[in-house]
Amino acid sequence: MGETAIILIELGAVFLGLGLLGRMAAKFGMSPVPLYLIGGLMFGHGGLIDLGGISEFGEIASEIGVILLLLMLGLEYTARELVTGLKGSWFAGIVDFVLNFTPGAGLALLMGWGFTGALVMGGVTYVSSSGIIAKVLSDLGRLGNRETPVVLSILVLEDLAMAIYLPALTATLAGLSFLGGLRTVGIALAAITVVLLAALRFGPQISRLIHSADQENFLLKLIGAALLVAGLASALQVSAAVGAFLLGIAISGSTASSATKVLEPLRDLFAAMFFVVFGLNTDPTTIPAVLPMAIGLALVTSATKILTGVWAAKRAGIGVPGRLRAGVALIARGEFSIVIAGLAVASGAVTGELAALATAYVLLLAVLGPVATRFVEPLSKPFLRKRTQSSPTLPNPPLVTD
Amino acid sequence: MNFEDTSLPGLGVRREITLASGRRVGVVILRDGSMQLIISQREDPDACAAAIPLSVDEAGAIGAMLGAPQLVTQLTDQHRDLPGVNTQQFVLSHESPYVNRTLGDTSLRTRTGSSVVAISRSGRVFPSPEPSFELNAGDVLVIVGTSTGLDNAAHLINDG
Repeated sequence: MGETAIILIELGAVFLGLGLLGRMAAKFGMSPVPLYLIGGLMFGHGGLIDLGGISEFGEIASEIGVILLLLMLGLEYTARELVTGLKGSWFAGIVDFVLNFTPGAGLALLMGWGFTGALVMGGVTYVSSSGIIAKVLSDLGRLGNRETPVVLSILVLEDLAMAIYLPALTATLAGLSFLGGLRTVGIALAAITVVLLAALRFGPQISRLIHSADQENFLLKLIGAALLVAGLASALQVSAAVGAFLLGIAISGSTASSATKVLEPLRDLFAAMFFVVFGLNTDPTTIPAVLPMAIGLALVTSATKILTGVWAAKRAGIGVPGRLRAGVALIARGEFSIVIAGLAVASGAVTGELAALATAYVLLLAVLGPVATRFVEPLSKPFLRKRTQSSPTLPNPPLVTD
Repeated sequence: MNFEDTSLPGLGVRREITLASGRRVGVVILRDGSMQLIISQREDPDACAAAIPLSVDEAGAIGAMLGAPQLVTQLTDQHRDLPGVNTQQFVLSHESPYVNRTLGDTSLRTRTGSSVVAISRSGRVFPSPEPSFELNAGDVLVIVGTSTGLDNAAHLINDG
């Protein structure tokens, strides 16, 4: 058998397997990300079958996967939303960052993984998965709830923070000096400001440049622009992902929604490949050793996320049940944590143990987050009802049926 | 009645009113144009007792049920003595080329002889809309005209 034939067979088997896993995930109403990771773990070094042939394609595909993930994330937000989000809840954003970056960073320092390890693990525990959370809230019919905007605005800030965090991370991973790192972050900040201002002012014009009624033409222009911008950003060491994110923000209105439609299947394909490659590069035999640590970290950072949500919802004048719902909703970590860990692993600047820990951690919370979000209401109700019953309540008005 | 708009970053917007009874009733309008009808819980006003997904047509139908019917009934009553003049309501579908364009852009009056006498949006009625009125998907257009004129009008607002 020729080499190409083997690669094709392996790729086919991987995608087919992912498709089946994805359908299983959909049946249980959960995110397919953890299953993709498990799929990758099974087929990598030390797994059941070693798929060595696809590593070349896998690497470039997963690179494109990250670019598409961030491009679509940028497309979800309008510049106006980001600016109002920044104005309205920057304080909640800082509380979120401090509470949730610290546990990961602290653990990494304890483990002796140094400053780079701390930066990576802090990022992994800090970012909630906006993809998983938005989907769960919408599935549970909570979009009309009062606490939902609080949750969403925290997610906006986290995603925006990534635009500063990722360049800092890339700079550190590349071993740039402190000054070099500052320069990179400075470039990223300047680029964000320019893009936000340009998107606020010239959003329609930028969109028109990309837009095309012809799907094929539109897709080519989009992907072309995304890869070009990502490549340029990468050349400036600002991180390719951030370039794609900024391009996504600059595209607005109806162009953004049609771009989302054309890109979605492609993103799903390449992002799945990204998760698989991350799993492939992680040796599953290293996971049992870090599992207790991952469980501990998951418990601590679930508590800190709940605290963040409860605090932010309280500030927004939400009642106790809503505060709890907001807190628990934030628990899920997912694609972003893996993007961060993936960047770190690819650079070779961190230990394999860190990759195993990040994998186990994300596996736990990508599953636990949505489950906890679903059950926080029925589980907390008996306790909360007792509290409200002990306090005097107004009798229901007569003749009103619910 | 005050509409309260809350942005749901990345997803869409929530628009609601608080009723005299203290309950919130409104819609969540998502980016892709889909909608949910939301009604708050009585015991926990922050939460929703129901979040019912609606298609654009269903939302328009409910809006029309709430806002337009009295108007249509009244107008039909008034036109009873004028044979051949009818009143009908049309939902501006998502695919219509006139979404986000003005009423003037349709040139409905010139091209079909019928006229838009009112537009109902989310249950709110805008009587005698100006040509500069910007149309949204899901708007219910109350149109008066002859039956041929109304057929042509339906065709025009759907296909341009």
